[in-house]
Amino acid sequence: MTITAKAGPPQSASRRRAERRRRSLPYLLLAPTMALLLVFLLYPLGNIAYFSLQQYNVSKPWDNGFIGLENFTRMLSDPLFTSSLLVSVQWVFVQVGLQLVFGLILALIVNESFKGRGLSRAILFSPWAVSGVLTTTIWLLIYNPAVGFNKYLADLGIGEYGTSLLAGGTSAFWAAVLAELWRGVPFFTILILADLQSASGELYEAAQMDGAGKWRRFWYITLPHLKNSIILATLLRGVWEFNNVDLLYTLTGGGPANATTTLPLYVARVAIDSKEFGYGSALTVVAFVILGLVSIIYLRLTKFGKET
Amino acid sequence: MTATLNSEAQKVGGVDREVSNASPSSPRKAAQQGWRKRSWVDRLMLFGPLTLYVLFTAIPFYWMLLFAFRPSGSTSLIPWPITLEHFETVWFGVGFGVYFKNSVYVAVLSLILTTFVALLGGYAIARFNFRLKGIFMIIMLCTQFVPGAMMLIPLFDIFRSVGLINSLASLIIADTVFQLPLSIILMFGFIRNIPKELEEAAWIDGCSRLRGFLAIMLPLMRPAIVAVGSFAFINAWNNFLFALMFLNVQERFTVPVGLGYMLGEFSVDFGALAAGGVVAALPVVLVFAYVQKYLVQGLSAGAVKG
Repeated sequence: MTITAKAGPPQSASRRRAERRRRSLPYLLLAPTMALLLVFLLYPLGNIAYFSLQQYNVSKPWDNGFIGLENFTRMLSDPLFTSSLLVSVQWVFVQVGLQLVFGLILALIVNESFKGRGLSRAILFSPWAVSGVLTTTIWLLIYNPAVGFNKYLADLGIGEYGTSLLAGGTSAFWAAVLAELWRGVPFFTILILADLQSASGELYEAAQMDGAGKWRRFWYITLPHLKNSIILATLLRGVWEFNNVDLLYTLTGGGPANATTTLPLYVARVAIDSKEFGYGSALTVVAFVILGLVSIIYLRLTKFGKET
Repeated sequence: MTATLNSEAQKVGGVDREVSNASPSSPRKAAQQGWRKRSWVDRLMLFGPLTLYVLFTAIPFYWMLLFAFRPSGSTSLIPWPITLEHFETVWFGVGFGVYFKNSVYVAVLSLILTTFVALLGGYAIARFNFRLKGIFMIIMLCTQFVPGAMMLIPLFDIFRSVGLINSLASLIIADTVFQLPLSIILMFGFIRNIPKELEEAAWIDGCSRLRGFLAIMLPLMRPAIVAVGSFAFINAWNNFLFALMFLNVQERFTVPVGLGYMLGEFSVDFGALAAGGVVAALPVVLVFAYVQKYLVQGLSAGAVKG
């Protein structure tokens, strides 16, 4: 491993110094990372736990102080906490489920060879790079009752003028789902496509020779091959979608009547709008614990990393 | 835990390797050629959904361009005659000229900082065995579950106490910190696949570790550096919540915040909004196009794949 070992008889003092330098080098290389993560990630995480036990409102500093578990008991009687948690669960399941299905189908399609495949891939992947705010901008122009699709469809006699999907609770939820789907599917397409490319061609040829049809090949070779990357992608995406605030904050603002207020969105609003840092931190702690537990259960249930 | 990390690294590393497969290995090619003669049912099942989804992807982009380039009050579905009035409004009137400058500053510095720190960290994990390695990797993994939205409160608190609120530095730091774990995992996965012997040969020739790294490793790592850098750029460019929370004066706004405020206005100028959207999209689309081309061009990664 070291050159000194190969260079001949060691001179003990300088060799020890070299050895010490070699040992400390990885820590030296990792020092900037450690420093950044400690100060701006781990320390703030500790702070969240600390704040959650405090009355801490930036706009009312005179009331600040330790209040024990009061923030947590307040949650139990906060209808918005329960409803936002339910919306979160619904949002994550619908989003991840649909993104996986569409992503898988698209990955299988663009894995085939055909003319224009490169261009199709480029177009299909492109919303991946788009931000939540930009997604909102685009879809607001589409959903707008005066200038959006609604007007043009009404011109053709489909539907009525002046209806907005974002006006009703249920329709607003699904309108947000569609917009996020547009942006979210490429993530699955890219990851699954990457994994498809590593599937062994021999296996498919053998199966084909044995007379296995396309669907059987998909079911018995492709899916098992993709299993781990699907589990990982759905988990990462689930966490990501749970935490997704940009789009909902700008597209629906959590409305109408809080029908699209997810838990993190509620936290963001508590933090940004009402500056109640103590209560917001308590909500964060609960969300964090839920997320951790669900992730562990999910990995256990799906037997991640184990061969089938 | 470590197994998870490894496979994740492979996955992420796999993305660039995947696109590099412009010339697939022979069994793969044979399998694909078998598919070339398709029945019309197969064609329909391939191109039907593909066309539909390409339309679903492309029409929203077109819709934004339509609003951005057609004159106010027009309801035509083709942006003709083309006008640049909305871009003038948004760039000079709304202040996107300033926002754009701020965004470029934040995104470029985040890119540099993230790539450099991740390069050091990824190299350390891939090439050394040390006592805290396991713990470190577990920490990296756990950070993937930390929600950005929920860090708003404690980060605001920290930046306020050191006087960085309304400073773009706060944004650069926050963007870098949140981008770092994934970047290190990516670098680690890539470096691990470059044979150690290449480096060791350079040492035997009398190179120091640093010179060996610069001369041998760095050129081989270009794809990983490009990938990490462009991810960092795109994420920093797109960040909305941190910017919304940390920047409260208009001269410091970034493009997403400017766009967010336009969305919140009572009466929206749709042409200007769409033009703002185009301004916000352009850099990331360009970077994305560049990454794609670079990755397709293919990479020494294939040559040294472990």
